[in-house]
Amino acid sequence: MESGDFLHMEGRKIALVLDRRDNVAVVLADVGPGEDCLVRGLKAECDLRAAEAVPFGHKVALANLAAGEAIRKYGEEIGVAAAPIPKGGWVHIHNLHCARGM
Amino acid sequence: MAGFFMGYPRENGTYGARNHIAVIPSVFCAAAVAERIARNVPGSFAFRHPVGCSQVGEDLEITARTLIGIGRNPNYAGVLVVGLGCERFSPHELAEGIAPTGKMLETVIIQDEGDTLKAIEAGSRMARRMRRAASLEKRTEAPLSALMLGTNCGGSDMTSGLAANPALGIASDMLVAEGGSSILSELTELIGTEHILARRAVSEDVARDILAAIAAMEERLKNQTRHAGDEKRKHLISTGNYEGGLSSVVEKSLGGMKKSGSRARFVEVFKTGGAPAKKGLLLMDGPGHDGEVTTGEVAAGAQVICFPTGRGTPTGFPGVPVIKITGNPRTFARMGGNIDINAGGILTGECGLEAMGREIYAEILAVASGKLSRAEILGHDEQFCITRLP
Repeated sequence: MESGDFLHMEGRKIALVLDRRDNVAVVLADVGPGEDCLVRGLKAECDLRAAEAVPFGHKVALANLAAGEAIRKYGEEIGVAAAPIPKGGWVHIHNLHCARGM
Repeated sequence: MAGFFMGYPRENGTYGARNHIAVIPSVFCAAAVAERIARNVPGSFAFRHPVGCSQVGEDLEITARTLIGIGRNPNYAGVLVVGLGCERFSPHELAEGIAPTGKMLETVIIQDEGDTLKAIEAGSRMARRMRRAASLEKRTEAPLSALMLGTNCGGSDMTSGLAANPALGIASDMLVAEGGSSILSELTELIGTEHILARRAVSEDVARDILAAIAAMEERLKNQTRHAGDEKRKHLISTGNYEGGLSSVVEKSLGGMKKSGSRARFVEVFKTGGAPAKKGLLLMDGPGHDGEVTTGEVAAGAQVICFPTGRGTPTGFPGVPVIKITGNPRTFARMGGNIDINAGGILTGECGLEAMGREIYAEILAVASGKLSRAEILGHDEQFCITRLP
Protein backbone atom coordinates (compact mmCIF):
# COMPACT_ATOMS: atom_id res chain seq x y z
CA MET A 1 0.00 0.00 0.00
CA GLU A 2 1.41 3.33 -0.99
CA SER A 3 1.00 6.70 0.59
CA GLY A 4 -1.94 8.81 -0.47
CA ASP A 5 -4.44 5.95 -0.46
CA PHE A 6 -6.66 7.46 2.15
CA LEU A 7 -6.82 11.09 0.98
CA HIS A 8 -10.57 11.28 0.95
CA MET A 9 -11.52 14.02 3.38
CA GLU A 10 -11.74 16.82 0.80
CA GLY A 11 -8.10 16.29 0.04
CA ARG A 12 -7.06 16.70 3.67
CA LYS A 13 -4.38 14.45 5.10
CA ILE A 14 -5.70 12.48 8.05
CA ALA A 15 -4.10 11.77 11.43
CA LEU A 16 -6.14 9.01 13.11
CA VAL A 17 -6.51 8.83 16.90
CA LEU A 18 -7.39 5.34 18.15
CA ASP A 19 -8.37 6.18 21.74
CA ARG A 20 -9.36 9.35 23.57
CA ARG A 21 -6.50 8.90 26.07
CA ASP A 22 -3.87 8.88 23.29
CA ASN A 23 -1.24 11.59 22.85
CA VAL A 24 -0.17 10.38 19.41
CA ALA A 25 -2.08 9.87 16.14
CA VAL A 26 -1.25 7.78 13.07
CA VAL A 27 -0.92 9.72 9.80
CA LEU A 28 -2.62 8.09 6.79
CA ALA A 29 -0.39 9.83 4.23
CA ASP A 30 3.15 11.21 4.07
CA VAL A 31 3.03 14.57 5.83
CA GLY A 32 5.66 17.24 5.14
CA PRO A 33 7.15 19.75 7.61
CA GLY A 34 4.72 22.60 8.34
CA GLU A 35 1.87 20.76 6.63
CA ASP A 36 -1.56 20.71 8.32
CA CYS A 37 -3.52 17.52 8.82
CA LEU A 38 -6.98 16.77 10.09
CA VAL A 39 -7.06 14.87 13.40
CA ARG A 40 -9.89 12.34 13.36
CA GLY A 41 -11.10 9.83 15.96
CA LEU A 42 -11.68 12.30 18.77
CA LYS A 43 -15.11 13.74 19.61
CA ALA A 44 -14.37 16.87 17.59
CA GLU A 45 -12.03 16.95 14.62
CA CYS A 46 -9.18 19.46 14.79
CA ASP A 47 -6.16 20.61 12.84
CA LEU A 48 -2.59 19.67 13.64
CA ARG A 49 0.50 21.17 11.99
CA ALA A 50 3.36 18.73 11.48
CA ALA A 51 6.59 20.10 13.00
CA GLU A 52 8.64 17.84 10.74
CA ALA A 53 8.14 15.17 8.09
CA VAL A 54 6.06 12.22 9.33
CA PRO A 55 5.95 9.19 7.02
CA PHE A 56 2.71 7.38 6.13
CA GLY A 57 1.63 5.01 8.93
CA HIS A 58 3.88 6.66 11.51
CA LYS A 59 2.95 8.54 14.67
CA VAL A 60 2.66 12.28 15.22
CA ALA A 61 2.57 13.89 18.70
CA LEU A 62 -0.77 15.54 19.55
CA ALA A 63 0.80 17.65 22.33
CA ASN A 64 4.22 18.66 23.60
CA LEU A 65 5.73 15.62 25.33
CA ALA A 66 8.38 15.96 28.04
CA ALA A 67 11.29 13.50 28.23
CA GLY A 68 10.14 10.50 30.27
CA GLU A 69 6.47 11.13 29.56
CA ALA A 70 4.35 8.08 28.68
CA ILE A 71 3.42 7.78 25.00
CA ARG A 72 -0.10 6.43 24.63
CA LYS A 73 -1.69 4.69 21.65
CA TYR A 74 -4.81 2.46 21.84
CA GLY A 75 -5.22 4.09 25.27
CA GLU A 76 -2.13 2.19 26.48
CA GLU A 77 1.50 3.08 27.13
CA ILE A 78 3.63 1.95 24.19
CA GLY A 79 6.81 3.53 25.55
CA VAL A 80 8.14 6.80 26.99
CA ALA A 81 9.60 9.85 25.28
CA ALA A 82 13.40 9.47 25.27
CA ALA A 83 13.73 13.24 24.60
CA PRO A 84 11.30 16.18 24.54
CA ILE A 85 8.94 15.86 21.54
CA PRO A 86 7.11 18.97 20.26
CA LYS A 87 3.44 18.95 19.27
CA GLY A 88 3.37 17.85 15.64
CA GLY A 89 6.67 15.98 16.00
CA TRP A 90 7.43 12.54 14.56
CA VAL A 91 7.38 9.83 17.24
CA HIS A 92 9.41 6.72 16.48
CA ILE A 93 12.37 4.62 17.65
CA HIS A 94 14.70 7.66 17.65
CA ASN A 95 12.74 9.38 20.45
CA LEU A 96 10.65 6.59 22.01
CA HIS A 97 11.99 4.05 24.48
CA CYS A 98 10.15 0.96 25.66
CA ALA A 99 11.63 -1.20 28.42
CA ARG A 100 9.32 -4.05 27.43
CA GLY A 101 11.09 -4.50 24.12
CA MET A 102 11.66 -2.60 20.90
CA MET B 1 -32.42 -9.63 15.72
CA ALA B 2 -30.82 -8.76 19.00
CA GLY B 3 -30.59 -11.37 21.71
CA PHE B 4 -30.53 -14.58 19.65
CA PHE B 5 -29.35 -16.34 16.53
CA MET B 6 -30.95 -19.13 14.53
CA GLY B 7 -29.07 -22.34 15.26
CA TYR B 8 -29.49 -26.12 15.03
CA PRO B 9 -30.32 -27.39 18.53
CA ARG B 10 -28.15 -30.32 19.67
CA GLU B 11 -28.94 -32.93 22.29
CA ASN B 12 -26.44 -31.53 24.81
CA GLY B 13 -27.92 -28.02 24.81
CA THR B 14 -25.48 -26.52 22.30
CA TYR B 15 -26.48 -24.97 18.95
CA GLY B 16 -24.84 -25.42 15.58
CA ALA B 17 -24.42 -22.61 13.08
CA ARG B 18 -24.12 -25.34 10.44
CA ASN B 19 -25.45 -28.87 10.06
CA HIS B 20 -22.67 -30.85 8.43
CA ILE B 21 -21.25 -34.35 8.92
CA ALA B 22 -17.59 -34.57 10.02
CA VAL B 23 -15.52 -37.51 8.75
CA ILE B 24 -12.52 -37.63 11.10
CA PRO B 25 -9.57 -40.00 10.64
CA SER B 26 -7.99 -40.97 13.95
CA VAL B 27 -4.67 -41.36 12.16
CA PHE B 28 -3.08 -40.11 8.94
CA CYS B 29 -3.19 -43.66 7.51
CA ALA B 30 -7.00 -43.33 7.24
CA ALA B 31 -6.94 -39.91 5.53
CA ALA B 32 -7.58 -41.01 1.93
CA VAL B 33 -10.45 -43.29 2.94
CA ALA B 34 -11.99 -40.44 4.95
CA GLU B 35 -11.66 -38.07 1.98
CA ARG B 36 -13.25 -40.55 -0.44
CA ILE B 37 -16.17 -41.07 1.95
CA ALA B 38 -16.71 -37.32 2.25
CA ARG B 39 -16.61 -37.00 -1.55
CA ASN B 40 -19.35 -39.62 -1.81
CA VAL B 41 -21.62 -37.68 0.55
CA PRO B 42 -21.80 -33.93 -0.21
CA GLY B 43 -22.41 -31.96 2.97
CA SER B 44 -19.80 -33.96 4.83
CA PHE B 45 -16.20 -32.85 5.41
CA ALA B 46 -13.07 -34.97 5.82
CA PHE B 47 -10.37 -33.76 8.22
CA ARG B 48 -7.06 -34.80 6.64
CA HIS B 49 -4.16 -34.53 9.09
CA PRO B 50 -0.62 -35.94 9.33
CA VAL B 51 -0.69 -37.27 12.92
CA GLY B 52 -2.34 -39.81 15.26
CA CYS B 53 0.55 -42.27 15.60
CA SER B 54 4.23 -42.36 16.66
CA GLN B 55 3.56 -39.45 19.01
CA VAL B 56 4.13 -39.26 22.75
CA GLY B 57 3.27 -37.09 25.73
CA GLU B 58 1.65 -33.69 25.35
CA ASP B 59 2.08 -33.74 21.57
CA LEU B 60 -0.17 -36.83 21.37
CA GLU B 61 -2.51 -35.31 23.96
CA ILE B 62 -3.02 -32.16 21.86
CA THR B 63 -3.79 -34.26 18.76
CA ALA B 64 -6.28 -36.40 20.70
CA ARG B 65 -8.01 -33.49 22.42
CA THR B 66 -8.19 -31.45 19.21
CA LEU B 67 -9.77 -34.23 17.15
CA ILE B 68 -12.25 -35.00 19.94
CA GLY B 69 -13.05 -31.28 20.26
CA ILE B 70 -13.74 -30.94 16.56
CA GLY B 71 -16.04 -33.94 16.70
CA ARG B 72 -17.89 -32.32 19.59
CA ASN B 73 -18.36 -28.95 17.82
CA PRO B 74 -22.11 -28.34 17.37
CA ASN B 75 -21.68 -27.33 13.70
CA TYR B 76 -21.43 -31.07 12.95
CA ALA B 77 -24.74 -32.91 13.30
CA GLY B 78 -22.97 -36.25 13.10
CA VAL B 79 -19.45 -37.66 13.09
CA LEU B 80 -17.94 -40.62 11.29
CA VAL B 81 -14.66 -41.75 12.84
CA VAL B 82 -12.36 -43.53 10.39
CA GLY B 83 -9.60 -45.63 11.92
CA LEU B 84 -6.88 -47.88 10.56
CA GLY B 85 -6.97 -50.24 13.54
CA CYS B 86 -3.46 -50.24 15.05
CA GLU B 87 -2.80 -46.53 15.60
CA ARG B 88 -1.54 -44.98 18.83
CA PHE B 89 -4.63 -42.75 19.09
CA SER B 90 -7.35 -45.37 18.85
CA PRO B 91 -10.54 -44.63 16.89
CA HIS B 92 -12.54 -45.93 19.86
CA GLU B 93 -10.94 -43.35 22.13
CA LEU B 94 -11.84 -40.66 19.59
CA ALA B 95 -15.45 -41.89 19.40
CA GLU B 96 -15.72 -42.17 23.19
CA GLY B 97 -14.63 -38.56 23.52
CA ILE B 98 -17.36 -37.39 21.14
CA ALA B 99 -20.14 -39.71 22.40
CA PRO B 100 -21.20 -37.62 25.45
CA THR B 101 -22.57 -34.95 23.08
CA GLY B 102 -25.33 -37.40 22.12
CA LYS B 103 -24.88 -36.57 18.43
CA MET B 104 -24.98 -39.18 15.64
CA LEU B 105 -21.72 -41.12 15.73
CA GLU B 106 -20.37 -44.05 13.73
CA THR B 107 -16.96 -45.71 13.45
CA VAL B 108 -15.41 -47.56 10.51
CA ILE B 109 -12.04 -49.32 10.84
CA ILE B 110 -10.12 -50.19 7.71
CA GLN B 111 -8.38 -53.30 9.08
CA ASP B 112 -11.76 -54.66 10.30
CA GLU B 113 -13.58 -53.94 7.03
CA GLY B 114 -10.90 -55.68 4.96
CA ASP B 115 -9.53 -53.09 2.55
CA THR B 116 -9.78 -49.58 1.20
CA LEU B 117 -12.83 -50.08 -1.02
CA LYS B 118 -14.76 -52.00 1.62
CA ALA B 119 -14.03 -49.32 4.21
CA ILE B 120 -15.08 -46.56 1.79
CA GLU B 121 -18.32 -48.36 1.03
CA ALA B 122 -19.20 -49.05 4.68
CA GLY B 123 -18.24 -45.53 5.75
CA SER B 124 -20.11 -43.89 2.86
CA ARG B 125 -23.30 -45.72 3.80
CA MET B 126 -22.93 -44.53 7.41
CA ALA B 127 -22.28 -40.95 6.31
CA ARG B 128 -25.26 -41.07 3.95
CA ARG B 129 -27.58 -42.22 6.76
CA MET B 130 -26.36 -39.45 9.06
CA ARG B 131 -26.65 -36.81 6.35
CA ARG B 132 -30.24 -37.83 5.66
CA ALA B 133 -31.16 -37.72 9.36
CA ALA B 134 -29.40 -34.34 9.76
CA SER B 135 -31.47 -32.89 6.92
CA LEU B 136 -34.56 -33.16 9.15
CA GLU B 137 -33.06 -30.76 11.72
CA LYS B 138 -34.46 -27.23 11.77
CA ARG B 139 -32.96 -23.96 12.99
CA THR B 140 -34.57 -22.49 16.10
CA GLU B 141 -33.95 -19.38 18.19
CA ALA B 142 -30.74 -19.90 20.13
CA PRO B 143 -29.60 -17.69 23.03
CA LEU B 144 -26.42 -15.72 22.41
CA SER B 145 -24.94 -17.44 25.46
CA ALA B 146 -24.75 -20.48 23.14
CA LEU B 147 -22.64 -18.65 20.54
CA MET B 148 -18.85 -18.82 20.63
CA LEU B 149 -16.75 -16.65 18.32
CA GLY B 150 -13.16 -17.46 17.44
CA THR B 151 -10.79 -14.72 16.26
CA ASN B 152 -7.52 -14.76 14.36
CA CYS B 153 -5.75 -12.28 12.13
CA GLY B 154 -3.52 -13.27 9.23
CA GLY B 155 -1.96 -11.67 6.19
CA SER B 156 -1.83 -8.54 8.34
CA ASP B 157 -0.73 -5.09 7.21
CA MET B 158 -0.77 -1.71 8.93
CA THR B 159 -4.54 -1.40 8.44
CA SER B 160 -5.19 -4.51 10.59
CA GLY B 161 -4.21 -2.84 13.84
CA LEU B 162 -5.78 0.51 12.88
CA ALA B 163 -9.16 -0.56 11.50
CA ALA B 164 -10.16 -4.24 11.20
CA ASN B 165 -8.93 -5.45 14.61
CA PRO B 166 -10.36 -2.56 16.69
CA ALA B 167 -13.70 -2.85 14.83
CA LEU B 168 -13.80 -6.60 15.47
CA GLY B 169 -13.01 -5.85 19.12
CA ILE B 170 -16.14 -3.70 19.36
CA ALA B 171 -18.20 -6.59 17.94
CA SER B 172 -16.52 -8.99 20.38
CA ASP B 173 -17.38 -6.69 23.31
CA MET B 174 -21.01 -6.56 22.10
CA LEU B 175 -21.26 -10.37 21.90
CA VAL B 176 -19.76 -10.86 25.36
CA ALA B 177 -22.11 -8.19 26.79
CA GLU B 178 -25.01 -10.28 25.42
CA GLY B 179 -23.75 -13.39 27.24
CA GLY B 180 -21.82 -14.89 24.34
CA SER B 181 -18.20 -16.01 24.19
CA SER B 182 -15.21 -14.77 22.22
CA ILE B 183 -11.74 -16.28 22.00
CA LEU B 184 -8.46 -14.39 21.69
CA SER B 185 -5.32 -16.46 21.02
CA GLU B 186 -2.07 -16.12 19.01
CA LEU B 187 0.01 -15.88 22.19
CA THR B 188 3.21 -15.45 20.20
CA GLU B 189 1.71 -12.16 18.93
CA LEU B 190 0.62 -10.98 22.39
CA ILE B 191 4.03 -10.96 24.08
CA GLY B 192 4.62 -7.48 25.47
CA THR B 193 0.98 -6.83 26.33
CA GLU B 194 0.72 -9.42 29.12
CA HIS B 195 0.43 -6.70 31.80
CA ILE B 196 -2.48 -5.12 29.88
CA LEU B 197 -4.21 -8.48 29.35
CA ALA B 198 -3.74 -9.35 33.03
CA ARG B 199 -5.35 -6.05 34.01
CA ARG B 200 -8.41 -7.09 31.99
CA ALA B 201 -8.81 -10.37 33.94
CA VAL B 202 -11.90 -10.85 36.13
CA SER B 203 -9.84 -12.19 39.04
CA GLU B 204 -6.30 -12.43 40.34
CA ASP B 205 -6.29 -16.14 39.50
CA VAL B 206 -7.10 -15.47 35.85
CA ALA B 207 -4.53 -12.64 35.77
CA ARG B 208 -1.91 -15.11 37.06
CA ASP B 209 -2.94 -17.64 34.41
CA ILE B 210 -2.55 -15.01 31.66
CA LEU B 211 0.92 -13.95 32.85
CA ALA B 212 2.03 -17.58 33.22
CA ALA B 213 0.76 -18.58 29.76
CA ILE B 214 2.52 -15.71 28.00
CA ALA B 215 5.74 -16.18 30.00
CA ALA B 216 5.77 -19.87 29.04
CA MET B 217 5.20 -19.00 25.36
CA GLU B 218 8.06 -16.49 25.46
CA GLU B 219 10.33 -19.09 27.06
CA ARG B 220 9.38 -21.59 24.36
CA LEU B 221 10.27 -19.06 21.65
CA LYS B 222 13.58 -18.31 23.37
CA ASN B 223 14.47 -21.99 23.38
CA GLN B 224 13.72 -22.24 19.68
CA THR B 225 15.64 -19.13 18.61
CA ARG B 226 19.01 -18.07 19.90
CA HIS B 227 19.52 -14.65 18.39
CA ALA B 228 21.70 -12.16 20.23
CA GLY B 229 18.81 -9.71 20.39
CA ASP B 230 16.43 -12.09 22.16
CA GLU B 231 16.97 -10.45 25.54
CA LYS B 232 15.16 -7.31 24.46
CA ARG B 233 12.55 -9.15 22.37
CA LYS B 234 14.11 -7.70 19.23
CA HIS B 235 13.27 -10.88 17.33
CA LEU B 236 9.57 -10.14 17.86
CA ILE B 237 9.64 -6.96 15.78
CA SER B 238 10.97 -6.68 12.24
CA THR B 239 12.57 -4.03 10.06
CA GLY B 240 9.33 -3.98 8.08
CA ASN B 241 7.41 -3.26 11.30
CA TYR B 242 9.70 -0.27 11.99
CA GLU B 243 9.34 1.02 8.45
CA GLY B 244 5.57 0.69 8.76
CA GLY B 245 5.64 2.95 11.82
CA LEU B 246 5.59 0.50 14.74
CA SER B 247 8.07 1.54 17.44
CA SER B 248 7.85 -1.13 20.15
CA VAL B 249 6.80 -4.73 20.80
CA VAL B 250 3.96 -3.41 23.00
CA GLU B 251 2.65 -1.24 20.15
CA LYS B 252 2.81 -4.14 17.70
CA SER B 253 1.06 -6.58 20.04
CA LEU B 254 -1.65 -4.07 20.98
CA GLY B 255 -2.78 -4.01 17.36
CA GLY B 256 -3.49 -7.75 17.57
CA MET B 257 -4.90 -7.66 21.07
CA LYS B 258 -7.56 -5.16 19.96
CA LYS B 259 -9.52 -8.06 18.42
CA SER B 260 -10.63 -8.83 21.98
CA GLY B 261 -12.17 -5.38 22.46
CA SER B 262 -11.60 -3.27 25.52
CA ARG B 263 -14.65 -3.56 27.77
CA ALA B 264 -14.98 -7.33 28.22
CA ARG B 265 -12.85 -9.03 30.88
CA PHE B 266 -11.07 -12.35 30.55
CA VAL B 267 -12.85 -15.09 32.49
CA GLU B 268 -10.61 -18.05 31.67
CA VAL B 269 -7.36 -19.21 30.07
CA PHE B 270 -7.48 -22.64 28.42
CA LYS B 271 -4.94 -24.67 26.48
CA THR B 272 -5.38 -25.28 22.76
CA GLY B 273 -7.22 -28.57 22.25
CA GLY B 274 -9.20 -28.01 25.42
CA ALA B 275 -12.69 -26.64 25.96
CA PRO B 276 -13.32 -23.70 28.28
CA ALA B 277 -15.56 -24.21 31.31
CA LYS B 278 -16.76 -20.59 31.38
CA LYS B 279 -18.59 -18.30 28.97
CA GLY B 280 -17.36 -14.82 28.12
CA LEU B 281 -14.02 -13.50 26.91
CA LEU B 282 -11.50 -16.35 26.75
CA LEU B 283 -7.77 -16.60 26.13
CA MET B 284 -6.65 -19.74 24.32
CA ASP B 285 -3.06 -20.73 25.11
CA GLY B 286 -1.47 -21.61 21.77
CA PRO B 287 0.89 -20.26 19.11
CA GLY B 288 0.06 -17.80 16.32
CA HIS B 289 -0.25 -19.99 13.20
CA ASP B 290 -3.55 -19.06 11.45
CA GLY B 291 -4.68 -22.64 10.95
CA GLU B 292 -3.62 -23.88 14.37
CA VAL B 293 -5.47 -20.99 16.00
CA THR B 294 -8.79 -21.54 14.22
CA THR B 295 -8.47 -25.33 14.66
CA GLY B 296 -8.04 -24.84 18.42
CA GLU B 297 -10.98 -22.45 18.49
CA VAL B 298 -13.25 -24.86 16.60
CA ALA B 299 -12.13 -27.68 18.93
CA ALA B 300 -13.10 -25.41 21.85
CA GLY B 301 -16.61 -25.09 20.38
CA ALA B 302 -16.49 -21.92 18.26
CA GLN B 303 -19.24 -22.01 15.59
CA VAL B 304 -18.07 -18.87 13.76
CA ILE B 305 -14.59 -17.39 13.16
CA CYS B 306 -13.80 -13.72 12.44
CA PHE B 307 -10.56 -13.24 10.54
CA PRO B 308 -9.15 -9.75 9.89
CA THR B 309 -6.72 -9.70 6.98
CA GLY B 310 -4.99 -6.60 5.63
CA ARG B 311 -3.36 -8.13 2.59
CA GLY B 312 -6.14 -10.66 1.98
CA THR B 313 -6.17 -14.43 2.44
CA PRO B 314 -8.70 -16.88 1.02
CA THR B 315 -8.48 -19.63 3.67
CA GLY B 316 -11.40 -21.27 5.43
CA PHE B 317 -12.32 -24.10 7.78
CA PRO B 318 -14.31 -27.24 6.87
CA GLY B 319 -17.85 -26.82 8.18
CA VAL B 320 -17.23 -23.58 10.08
CA PRO B 321 -17.82 -20.13 8.56
CA VAL B 322 -14.79 -17.83 8.55
CA ILE B 323 -15.75 -14.15 8.15
CA LYS B 324 -12.94 -12.18 6.47
CA ILE B 325 -12.60 -8.52 7.36
CA THR B 326 -10.12 -6.16 5.74
CA GLY B 327 -9.21 -2.65 6.84
CA ASN B 328 -7.44 -2.02 3.54
CA PRO B 329 -9.73 -0.50 0.87
CA ARG B 330 -7.27 -1.47 -1.85
CA THR B 331 -7.32 -5.13 -0.76
CA PHE B 332 -11.11 -5.07 -0.80
CA ALA B 333 -11.17 -3.54 -4.28
CA ARG B 334 -8.82 -6.24 -5.60
CA MET B 335 -9.74 -9.29 -3.51
CA GLY B 336 -13.35 -8.57 -2.49
CA GLY B 337 -14.35 -12.01 -3.79
CA ASN B 338 -12.66 -13.47 -0.74
CA ILE B 339 -13.54 -10.76 1.77
CA ASP B 340 -16.86 -10.54 3.64
CA ILE B 341 -16.55 -7.11 5.25
CA ASN B 342 -14.79 -3.96 4.07
CA ALA B 343 -13.69 -2.02 7.16
CA GLY B 344 -11.57 0.31 5.02
CA GLY B 345 -14.13 3.07 5.52
CA ILE B 346 -12.62 3.65 8.96
CA LEU B 347 -9.45 4.93 7.25
CA THR B 348 -11.10 6.72 4.31
CA GLY B 349 -13.49 8.54 6.63
CA GLU B 350 -16.62 6.90 5.24
CA CYS B 351 -17.40 4.99 8.43
CA GLY B 352 -16.71 5.36 12.15
CA LEU B 353 -15.11 2.59 14.21
CA GLU B 354 -18.23 2.07 16.36
CA ALA B 355 -20.53 1.81 13.34
CA MET B 356 -18.18 -0.73 11.72
CA GLY B 357 -18.12 -2.72 14.98
CA ARG B 358 -21.92 -2.90 14.90
CA GLU B 359 -21.85 -3.99 11.26
CA ILE B 360 -19.43 -6.83 12.08
CA TYR B 361 -21.61 -7.87 15.03
CA ALA B 362 -24.69 -8.03 12.77
CA GLU B 363 -22.71 -10.08 10.24
CA ILE B 364 -21.61 -12.55 12.95
CA LEU B 365 -25.26 -13.15 13.93
CA ALA B 366 -26.37 -13.40 10.28
CA VAL B 367 -23.63 -15.90 9.45
CA ALA B 368 -24.29 -17.89 12.64
CA SER B 369 -27.91 -18.04 11.46
CA GLY B 370 -27.10 -19.45 8.03
CA LYS B 371 -25.67 -16.72 5.77
CA LEU B 372 -22.67 -18.24 3.98
CA SER B 373 -19.20 -16.76 4.31
CA ARG B 374 -17.23 -16.41 1.08
CA ALA B 375 -14.66 -18.96 2.27
CA GLU B 376 -17.47 -21.54 2.58
CA ILE B 377 -18.99 -20.74 -0.79
CA LEU B 378 -15.59 -21.19 -2.43
CA GLY B 379 -14.84 -24.43 -0.55
CA HIS B 380 -11.79 -23.19 1.35
CA ASP B 381 -10.72 -25.64 4.07
CA GLU B 382 -7.00 -24.96 4.64
CA GLN B 383 -7.25 -23.84 8.23
CA PHE B 384 -7.59 -27.31 9.74
CA CYS B 385 -4.06 -27.75 11.17
CA ILE B 386 -3.20 -29.56 14.39
CA THR B 387 -0.63 -27.93 16.68
CA ARG B 388 2.51 -30.03 17.20
CA LEU B 389 4.97 -29.75 20.04
CA PRO B 390 8.70 -30.08 19.25
